[in-house]
Formats: sequence, structure tokens, C-alpha cells
Amino acid sequence: MTLLNLFLTFFKIGLFTFGGGYAMLPLIEEEVTAHGWLTTQQLVNFVAVSESTPGPFAINISTYVGAETAGFFGALVATFGVVLPSFIVILIVAKCYVAFKSSAPVQGALSGLRPAVVGLIGAAAVSVGAAVFFPSGVSAAEFTNPQIYVSLGILAFSLLLLQKKLHPILLILVGAALGLVSGFFIFPN
Amino acid sequence: MKPFKNHETGQNKSDEIADGARRNAVKLFLIFFKIGLFTFGGGYAMIPLIERELSQSRKLLSADEILDIVAISESTPGPIAVNMATFVGYRCCGFFGALAATFGVVLPSFLVILLVSAVLRQFESVESVKMAFFGVRAAVLALILHAVYTMLRQCPKSVFSLSVAALSFLAVAVFSQNALPVLLIAAVLGVLNTLLIKRRWKK
Repeated sequence: MTLLNLFLTFFKIGLFTFGGGYAMLPLIEEEVTAHGWLTTQQLVNFVAVSESTPGPFAINISTYVGAETAGFFGALVATFGVVLPSFIVILIVAKCYVAFKSSAPVQGALSGLRPAVVGLIGAAAVSVGAAVFFPSGVSAAEFTNPQIYVSLGILAFSLLLLQKKLHPILLILVGAALGLVSGFFIFPN
Repeated sequence: MKPFKNHETGQNKSDEIADGARRNAVKLFLIFFKIGLFTFGGGYAMIPLIERELSQSRKLLSADEILDIVAISESTPGPIAVNMATFVGYRCCGFFGALAATFGVVLPSFLVILLVSAVLRQFESVESVKMAFFGVRAAVLALILHAVYTMLRQCPKSVFSLSVAALSFLAVAVFSQNALPVLLIAAVLGVLNTLLIKRRWKK
């Protein structure tokens, strides 16, 4: 049952994701937290792992969630599920791709999907932000927790480094180093 | 590695075709395995590698074809990396080429992540790893925000596309709607908008 569920969920994710990079994040976040497969915090940790390992994020996250949920066969089924819609659609499109490329309905649908994906990733950033700043739930008391302000500082510094075109893998290393520094020097338990 | 057998010269005997296709499929698998292994961060990072492996050194695809492949991969569902591998494989050697290239691009990720998932859980409970991930999560948030900013700048600056972006954001972030219906509605609105503009042009 878990295997079928994994397959169907990742098939759906593969079928309804348009665009590269983080375009998959909103659907994946919704599905894995709704099924209780990962928390948003674990998902964010894994985004970092995925950036630092080879291969597309979509494949990495499917394999990871599958493996965590149901071992090797879970990984196999989830990855197969996320790849299958692409594979079928491309085989169909490859035969008539000139017609597909210039088709008005296809271009029209994409003109709506592209900005929607940006909005959805923005919404995913909000839930990721909640997991980063309020790991134990949003409440007024959390604002007295110094960790929020350290996170905010790391976020601001990271955005600055990205503006300077630092490579994502290096940024993740910088984040890890800053996390260790703050762990050892600011919040020594 | 030897170059691909040219289809025009290799079509003398049916045996030879089958043999050539099989060899091409193995080569496609190896090429895409290599691309999958050395691509960090996803689809767009693959484009220069595909260009080098298939266009410059093997002359299998022209630069124009690569542009088409990128455009189609962006406009069909699914991860761009998988779309590109399937498409290139199919263009080179049909169904089995598509299968070989897709399998090749997925396999390195699959193997590496299986290893990672075996160790990550044990590491996650280590105190210093927890601290490191505390910093890493803020950095990942920066990566996501930066992606939103970059994508927003690439969006057409029309009233239509900016309102779709804003409404999708509000629907999910504020009104807790699911992403899927939002995407479907956006696609329908996009079709209607394009058709209406076309009709207006015709008048």
C-alpha cells in the first residue's frame, strides 16, 4: 500500500511540475508533509543535501523520500513514479514537437503556468521560512529566542553572497560553518 | 570513445541497424550517466554538458536542436533533466535511446541518494550536525528566495502574468489552498488570455 501510494504521489508530482530548479518544491512540500513522510524542516535539510550531491533535485528528493519511507523498493517506486510522466509526455511530444512548440493552447497554458509556479515557490518559501525561524511553531514567545535573530543574520548574509554569485554548494558550506559557530559560541548548552 | 555510427551510412543491413542502435543506446546511457553524475543542482546546469557531449564533440545534435530541446523540456511536465535526456535519446536512437538516456541520467542520483539516506539519519542526531543544519536551513531559504527573485525577473512584465503570480502566492500562502488546483486554473486562464488576445488582434 505504501509502495502504491509512493508511486502515485510522485507520479502526480512529476506530472504537475513545470520548469526546473525549485519548481517541484511547492508540490513536494505539500505532499510529503501531508503524508507525514518528512517534516518541512527535514525537507529543507534535504534540499541542502540535494544541492551538494549530483543529479536533479526531483530525482534526489523522490529517491530519498522513497528510501526513508519504504527502503530500497520505496526509492525505486518513487523515482520511477516521478520519471514516468516526463518519459511518456516527451515520447509523444518528440514526434510532433514543431507543432507542439508553436501551438497556441500550449503557449497559452504555459503563459499561465510560469507565473503561477513563481507564486507557488514564493508560498513554499513562506513555509520554509516558518520552519527556519519558528521550528517549534509561530508564537509571540518565540521572538525572545535569540536563534531567530541568528537565522535572520545568516539569511541576510547568504542573500548578499548569492547576489555576489557565490556557488550554491559553497553557500551551503558557509551556512554549515555559521551554524557550527553559532552553536558553539552563541548557544553553548 | 568512438563516435556514433552515422545513420545514413549504417543502413545497409537490418542486422547492422539493430547492432548499431544497441551500441548507440549503450553510448547514450554512458553519456547521460556521466552528465547525471557531474551535474549538481539540476536541469539547467546540464545544458552546457549536453552541448559539449552531444553537439560539439559528437555532432549528434545541432545548436538549434539543443535550443529546441531546452524549450520543449521547459514546457512539458517533469524535471528538466529527465525531459532533456528522454528527448535527446529519442532523437538519436528512438525508444530505446530514450530509455537508455533517461536511465543513465537518473542512475547516479539514485545510487548516491540511497547511500546518503543510509547515513543521513544517523548523522542528523549528532549535536554538531544539528548545529550545522541550523545554519544550512537559513542558507537554503536564501537559495529559494533568490530563485523566486530570479524567476520573477524572467517573467513577462504584463498585468496578466504578475497577477497570476500574486494570486497563486496568496491562494497557497494566505488561503492555504492546494498547489494543484492553482496550477490548473492558471493554465486555463493562460489559454483563455492568449485566445482573447489573438481574437482582439484579428479584429
